[in-house]
Amino acid sequence: MLADWPLLSLVVWTPIVGGVLVLLAGDRAGTGAKRIALAFALLTFALSIPLFTGFDRETALMQFEERVPWIPAFDIYYHLGVDGISMPLILLTTFATVLVVIAGWEVIRERPAQYMAAFLIMEGLMVGVFSALDAALFYVFWEGMLIPMFLVIGMWGGPRRVYATIKFFLYTFLGSVLMLVALVYLYHKSGSFSILDYHQVPLGMREQLLIFLAFLVAFAVKVPMWPVHTWLPDAHVEAPTGGSVILAAIMLKIGAYGFLRFSLPITPDASAALDWLMILLSLVAVVYIGFVALVQEDMKKLIAYSSIAHMGLVTLGFFILYTIAERGEGLQGAALGIEGGLVQMISHGFVSGALFLCVGVLYDRMHTRLIRDYGGVVNSMPAFAAFAVLFAMANAGLPGTSGFVGEFMVILASFKANPWFSALAATTLILGAAYTLWMVKRVIFGPVANERVAALRDLNAREYVVLGALAVAVVAVGVWPDPLTEVMHASVENLVQQATTSKIQMLAARP
Amino acid sequence: MPSTLTDLAPLLPEIWLAAMACVVLVADVYAGRGRITVAYLLAQLSLLGALWLLLRDRSAVPVSLFDGAFLRDELADLLKLFVLGLTAAAFAYARGYLQGRGLERGEYFALGLFGVLGMMVLISAGSLLTLYLGLELLALSLYAMVALHRDSLEASEAAMKYFVLGALASGMLLYGISLLYGVTGSLGLDEVARAAAADGADPVMLLALAFVVVGVAFKLGAVPFHMWVPDVYHGAPAAVALYVGAAPKIAGFALAMRLLVEGLGGLQGQWADMLTVLAVLSLAVGNVVAIAQTNIKRMLGYSTISHMGFLLLGLLAGTRDGYGAAMFYALTYALMAAGAFGVVTVMSREGEAERLDDYRGLNARNPWLAFLMLVLMFSMAGVPPTVGFYAKLTVLKAVIDVGAMWLAVLAVIFSVIGAFYYLRVVKLMYFDEPPQEVPVRAGLEAGTVLSVNGLAVLALGLLPGTLLALCLRAVG
Repeated sequence: MLADWPLLSLVVWTPIVGGVLVLLAGDRAGTGAKRIALAFALLTFALSIPLFTGFDRETALMQFEERVPWIPAFDIYYHLGVDGISMPLILLTTFATVLVVIAGWEVIRERPAQYMAAFLIMEGLMVGVFSALDAALFYVFWEGMLIPMFLVIGMWGGPRRVYATIKFFLYTFLGSVLMLVALVYLYHKSGSFSILDYHQVPLGMREQLLIFLAFLVAFAVKVPMWPVHTWLPDAHVEAPTGGSVILAAIMLKIGAYGFLRFSLPITPDASAALDWLMILLSLVAVVYIGFVALVQEDMKKLIAYSSIAHMGLVTLGFFILYTIAERGEGLQGAALGIEGGLVQMISHGFVSGALFLCVGVLYDRMHTRLIRDYGGVVNSMPAFAAFAVLFAMANAGLPGTSGFVGEFMVILASFKANPWFSALAATTLILGAAYTLWMVKRVIFGPVANERVAALRDLNAREYVVLGALAVAVVAVGVWPDPLTEVMHASVENLVQQATTSKIQMLAARP
Repeated sequence: MPSTLTDLAPLLPEIWLAAMACVVLVADVYAGRGRITVAYLLAQLSLLGALWLLLRDRSAVPVSLFDGAFLRDELADLLKLFVLGLTAAAFAYARGYLQGRGLERGEYFALGLFGVLGMMVLISAGSLLTLYLGLELLALSLYAMVALHRDSLEASEAAMKYFVLGALASGMLLYGISLLYGVTGSLGLDEVARAAAADGADPVMLLALAFVVVGVAFKLGAVPFHMWVPDVYHGAPAAVALYVGAAPKIAGFALAMRLLVEGLGGLQGQWADMLTVLAVLSLAVGNVVAIAQTNIKRMLGYSTISHMGFLLLGLLAGTRDGYGAAMFYALTYALMAAGAFGVVTVMSREGEAERLDDYRGLNARNPWLAFLMLVLMFSMAGVPPTVGFYAKLTVLKAVIDVGAMWLAVLAVIFSVIGAFYYLRVVKLMYFDEPPQEVPVRAGLEAGTVLSVNGLAVLALGLLPGTLLALCLRAVG
């Protein structure tokens, strides 16, 4: 019976084993290494589907749990499990990796085996981040993930790749070591490394503030939030297409996931005290970065900035819950904001991944990402243009696409908190439409810019498959988001409960 | 005193090594051509024999001999195990280098064995005298090894500096020891411990402590007593830097453990403050100055200094967890250092590969070697899933447990700064084009040992539990 299998472990370790096999097969095997990589990516995706079908939507408890002693001397367990918050993200990860493997099939000419292996290993580590319930294990996955990404950007990236990748690594490393100190401190307080125990441990306000700030540095860099976002445009622009897709679709989500798994439930009082800061930073990201995106001349950079703006909406959705609770709107509204943020994360995973793949399609043919080198692409690539316009609409939040659902939920929730929040947040709809559609207009439509554009070939079968799969996902979530939101309900309500239960009072209540 | 020969059984590994070191010395004189092979094989045989004798019969452990002057406990056996294993690995890496670079003298192995004997005596020291004997045997072997390449100006200079500074530090330590003897009237560490616990505030005792700490700091290479480290690592032949960089760090830990913890544990409050200063300075200077280096041996020298800072953090916590963390750190760091210097030694076989630039494009020239170096560099930077992460984690945990949060924050921030120069090595190997397409060959033997060494860093990173538990048991 499938339910008895250690499914999560399988989803974590299958791609890692696959990656090692691909490395061993090496480039001598020709397409052999790529075939192995694709087989393992598909297998992992198949293994992750039972996580969705077998998921119990009624409970907020961890499911598919596995718990084995790992480092007994320190009480560290190999403890995996998922709830409604992490499970969709795992599916997103396994789905995106399949697409990345297919997308890199012909494009990566130098050391393709190492490239594929890096993505497979990264996939395993990212699933590990989403499923780890032991803080030490979480940190191992969280940091380990940096190594393959560091190599991917550095080895297959653009001209300034070395600068970009070292900046990426050091930024995220600085963020995470402070989180490590916080995690060890929590171990010191709670006597275990279990994240679920961390949720229960009573903490004073000063401790909470420091822990919250340590987490904030780690997660804000990863999300990334203004003003620590500067690594992202560099990393995105220099990364190969696959690297950009994984960065945008998954890695950014890991930061946001951290807020939900760590910051809100472990330091509820500090989160409540500093929610103004989070809301402020989120709104700055939405409005200011939206304007910054408007003036970009490089398509990848534009999408990178658009990612930061969209992630601003996600963090806004997470942290308005205290304002809503204060206004007595009930916890339903607060849950709406968090769910909206989560849907936005999934949707953004699809949409930004798709947009980076679209840029990749163009870049493979023209070897330029500058908007001004294009124009009238629709004339030579009609099928591509159709996809690109769909994803652009989704990025702008057009109803009927996944982009609309999340944004609408967050804006609705923020209206309950404060109409001004929602007014500012809603500028994302205008700005998003402005920068995305303006880019589409300049690149896809208009007169044919030059002979090279006129000579472009339309999508090949491989690209059809990748973009087609994403288009189906974008429209499906847009039209019928219920299956996605259903799995979240119980866990999000539980989270809101935890996030609004003061730990200071818990501390005072203790003898 | 032991009355019969069987009472000497716990000493067998040391006796065997002393005898074999002499055999290697004599055999080297008479072997003629191919003498290095003879010396090498004999040396490996000695180490293996000592390992076998060490592990053969451990039923009597813990045991103390010669009125407590020689101890064999869990701590000693685990440390000796690593010293022997890592030295065997170092010899395997060094063989090809010595042959390729015209240093075909068996003295390397003979001196190496005497050094190991010194480390083992030091590790087992139960009295101040044994401790000093072991330390000096080790130090004298190292001075001579650094000067092994006698035609090299750099090596001679390094040996000279090392000798003068080392002699000074030994003198300090000896002065501290003599003061301790004066105050307590005994050379036995247990007697000293009792006296230290009883009247710790005695000013002479504190004076002795200061001298002892200076001696320990010098042997570990902690700032401000670190001046010899970069020069020796830089000037010494790669094979010698490899030897100096790995096992003696374990001996350094043993020195601190025996002297400060077991001998002067009663003064923990006093020496913890001194170690705090040393640790913070080491972390700062080691990590920051390493960034500016262009020579990989020198860079690794500064990296050692920063790692010793971390080790001191574990010690100064003054808890069982802290000592266990420091021990885990010493063992795993020695493992990483042996691997990293192993790669340097293998690369330098045909000609100098000392500049960082020599590692450009290594991934294209030998992907496996580059991968091993990648693992070692990330481990030194403390990135999971390598063992270097757990070493840092255990130390941080020990420090946070005693409430020294600021030290933990400082330590992690300096390790981010340190990550930069490890990343630079990875960058050179993976992102840059190789200057020439000549493949690098490690050779079967060195290649195998290096693979085991590198994979051990990864394997211990995935399953660190056993070694960690052993370390915690050994110190408490």
